[in-house]
Amino acid sequence: MSASLAAVAYIGATILFILSLGGLANPETARRGNFYGIVGMTLAVLATVFGPRVTLAGVPWIIGAMLVGGSIGLYAARKVQMTQMPELVALMHSLVGLAACLVGFASYVDTSIEFAGAEKSIHEIEIYIGILIGAITFSGSVIAFGKLSGKIGGKPLLLPARHWLNLVGLLVVIWFGYAFLQAPDIGAGMMPLLVMTVVAVLFGIHMVMAIGGADMPVVVSMLNSYSGWAAAATGFMLSNDLLIVVGALVGSSGAILSYIMCRAMNRNFISVIAGGFGTGEGGAPATGAQPAGEVTPISAIETAELLGTAKSVIIIPGYGMAVAQAQHTVYEITKFLREKGVNVRFGIHPVAGRMPGHMNVLLAEAKVPYDIVLEMDEINDDFPDTDVVMVIGANDIVNPGAEDDPSSPIAGMPVLQAWKAKISIVMKRSMASGYAGVDNPLFYKENNRMLFGDAKKMLDEVFSALKG
Amino acid sequence: MSLTIGVPRELYPGEKRVASVPEVVEKLIKLGFAVSVETGAGAAANFDDEAYRAAGAQIAESAASLWAASDMVFKVRAPQPEEIGLIKAGTTLVSFIWPAQNPELMQQLAERKITVLAMDSLPRQLSRAQKMDALTSMASISGYRAVIEAANAFGRFFNGQVTAAGKIPPAKVFIAGAGVAGLSAIGTAANLGAMVRANDTRAEVADQVVSLGGEFVKVDYEEEGSGGGGYAKVMSEGFQQAQREMYARQAKEADIIITTALIPGKPAPLLITADMVKSMKPGSVIVDMAGEQGGNCELTVPGESVVRHNVTIIGYTDLPSRLAKQSSTLYGNNLLRLSEDLCKTKDGQIDVNFDDEAIRGLTVIKAGEITWPPPPPKIPAVPRQAKPVAAPTAAKKSAHGHGESEPMSGTSLAVIFAVGAALFWLVGAYAPATFLSHFTVFVLACFIGYMVIWNVKPSLHTPLMSVTNAISSIIAVGALVQIAPPLIGVGDDRPSTLILGLAVVALALTAINMFGGFAVTRRMLAMFRK
Repeated sequence: MSASLAAVAYIGATILFILSLGGLANPETARRGNFYGIVGMTLAVLATVFGPRVTLAGVPWIIGAMLVGGSIGLYAARKVQMTQMPELVALMHSLVGLAACLVGFASYVDTSIEFAGAEKSIHEIEIYIGILIGAITFSGSVIAFGKLSGKIGGKPLLLPARHWLNLVGLLVVIWFGYAFLQAPDIGAGMMPLLVMTVVAVLFGIHMVMAIGGADMPVVVSMLNSYSGWAAAATGFMLSNDLLIVVGALVGSSGAILSYIMCRAMNRNFISVIAGGFGTGEGGAPATGAQPAGEVTPISAIETAELLGTAKSVIIIPGYGMAVAQAQHTVYEITKFLREKGVNVRFGIHPVAGRMPGHMNVLLAEAKVPYDIVLEMDEINDDFPDTDVVMVIGANDIVNPGAEDDPSSPIAGMPVLQAWKAKISIVMKRSMASGYAGVDNPLFYKENNRMLFGDAKKMLDEVFSALKG
Repeated sequence: MSLTIGVPRELYPGEKRVASVPEVVEKLIKLGFAVSVETGAGAAANFDDEAYRAAGAQIAESAASLWAASDMVFKVRAPQPEEIGLIKAGTTLVSFIWPAQNPELMQQLAERKITVLAMDSLPRQLSRAQKMDALTSMASISGYRAVIEAANAFGRFFNGQVTAAGKIPPAKVFIAGAGVAGLSAIGTAANLGAMVRANDTRAEVADQVVSLGGEFVKVDYEEEGSGGGGYAKVMSEGFQQAQREMYARQAKEADIIITTALIPGKPAPLLITADMVKSMKPGSVIVDMAGEQGGNCELTVPGESVVRHNVTIIGYTDLPSRLAKQSSTLYGNNLLRLSEDLCKTKDGQIDVNFDDEAIRGLTVIKAGEITWPPPPPKIPAVPRQAKPVAAPTAAKKSAHGHGESEPMSGTSLAVIFAVGAALFWLVGAYAPATFLSHFTVFVLACFIGYMVIWNVKPSLHTPLMSVTNAISSIIAVGALVQIAPPLIGVGDDRPSTLILGLAVVALALTAINMFGGFAVTRRMLAMFRK
């Protein structure tokens, strides 16, 4: 295959990738979008393998590597539980980061590509930045994986003077970058490059360690973005436009997701990344008006009675539903009520769960039709006309304090207005507050009931009471 | 030893209610109490002795034996003189008492060295006290019953109908006072199909009136009538004048008037004068729910239904008792909630805890000592209406310029453009041509990504991440070109083995991603269905 043919194939692959992302605009076209992605990837790989830059000697290696990696990937994709999606995604980000590092090092030691003058400097800067982003993505994603899978505690780890540590790290990276550019040969440049890699790995670990469990949607989408930028940097380094385009697409996609998540929490991106929410950082005391009063508990049987007599019900799921694996029982209840003519719908907050869209995937897995799963903006006006709202394992996203208590630490965060319904039922394991450490005035409202216990167990009881 | 709760038969003439029902008795026993019920106590409310026995209660043969055996007595009406003599020292009595109106009764009860919890003295503004608010339960029943009584005395349908024989207009109901009883009456009358109008001096209840299907009639006069604690206060003369005019107008139009206006500690305000009654259509009905406090209508005879100027005026003072089964059940539940608060340990012992504001307010006599009136309750620290000012501004601040939020301000736009221009100038001035062509591609691709991704539905964000993840394994192309490039004219110093090793590992890693990412996306998308 000639160089021009390969280039044309790359253009085709680029178009397919753009169509693939565009296809995700709605569930009907999404499957086709994924297919476009697969075709694009196949085209890109084949064009490269049969293109001018790969000789026959490499083919056995390529087939071997693809077989090993591919089978691991397919196995993981088949085995993964939908509740574990955030972990899987984080783990995959780390692989992209690591691959970018390896390609960067390989490119640096490769003498077959000669540059001179400004081109050489630019090439070296590209390598340096590519490895930097790759290493941060790698270590950050590994930590995110650990936190999401519960192997590392979800509590933010806050080292003293952590902002200074980060600043020192940045200065070290810049200093060694200078040394790297000045290095006369590859051997001399290796030392600064390795030091920078170590610093970048430490920085990635430190950055994600400092972020609390519920800020994870932002972190996961941010790492998604980084993995894209790492690919783009690799593209610059290898003068490959396909990598640049795809990297830029992925990078901006992750950036937009991070932005959407931040807006849904009414938080500044920088402050999420700086970490340590609710720790009084910056002298903001997290003490809003403490809600007074007492909660009204309710039993599973009474819950079933309320649901059975309601005309319209909105269910608000949160991370607690994922933890308890309660989505299937939720679906059974939904199905039962809908057959009885009750208008059951779901209200999804953008940051419910541990990654963007997490709840939607869980509900889809449980066969809940997606046209009754609505976003916050679509459903918020309907609460006053709703008989019963069920909040399953969610807390901060239904906190009325965010709207009417300016001193609340989460003031200004858009929330689902569950308290406007005729009655709301909050399912919780205990009275512990949400990750923001903010007490929730909703629990004390007169029209709120608390259903304590494990979400799955209680919902099972509710369902059997409904049937019986 | 767990305490015994006694439920005597009510002696007050015409009183059909009973202070506990079998369903509640069962729950009281679960709290650890023993329950004793006087024979025939629930008969008037359709609960026979057998039902109580089935629920686990003892049946006491006489009032005397019941009072003697009980440590705690649940009643509806305040004790009658003959009952006071039966009370043994140390008993806890729970009942309606109305201490302000009955000072002698208070004195007599205090002399028996007992503890008295008056259900009417509950601090109603405490939100957690609402579960035991018997006044609210009774008022809501009264409101319902008032409409039923009115319908009974009224000679027409409530709802409008178009029949073969002709059109029937709906009844016009006017309800004065939109408290608990008034709101309940509004809902009931509206459900029967009447056109309901209502008025209250407290303007904030207008929304509640509308939500129940009524129309709120305003008085043309500016004055706020909320007197704290959810009650109304006495209004100024100017207001009362305007109010009288409004009532006169309503009286002429309405078929049914239900009055519920009460001001605590004062005689009921006079709203409907004899002249207004005269102006009403023949056959109209007035239900005066304030009969016990003198009535809102000049012509009301408390406790009776009379016809004056062709208008039926109902002044019954026993509306809840006329729905005895329902009101006994609700009152029993109120007492159950109170018992739960008194007996937090669930061992059948009670603790009259004066640190608990609700219980402090209820307790009018403690061990023979009059503790009424209670100190003014600490109004909860929650501000009446926190102003949500900070929220929207904060929300806007974080939304810089992306997508659906409003456009950025001119200055910040200018700054961003300036910084952008400076960066582009730097690149253009120093970078070589080959870099520039890649840079062009990069910038344009960022923009395409930006445009495309904003169209993605939030529900598909997880598939979006796994797809982008899969396609970011395009890095494989970078590894592929390093595995075995055509090495023509390259020196021997190329560490080909090292590069091969790195590239093969990188390729394997990206392959995991590539196959895994697409496969898992496929699996996820297959689950999304209508």
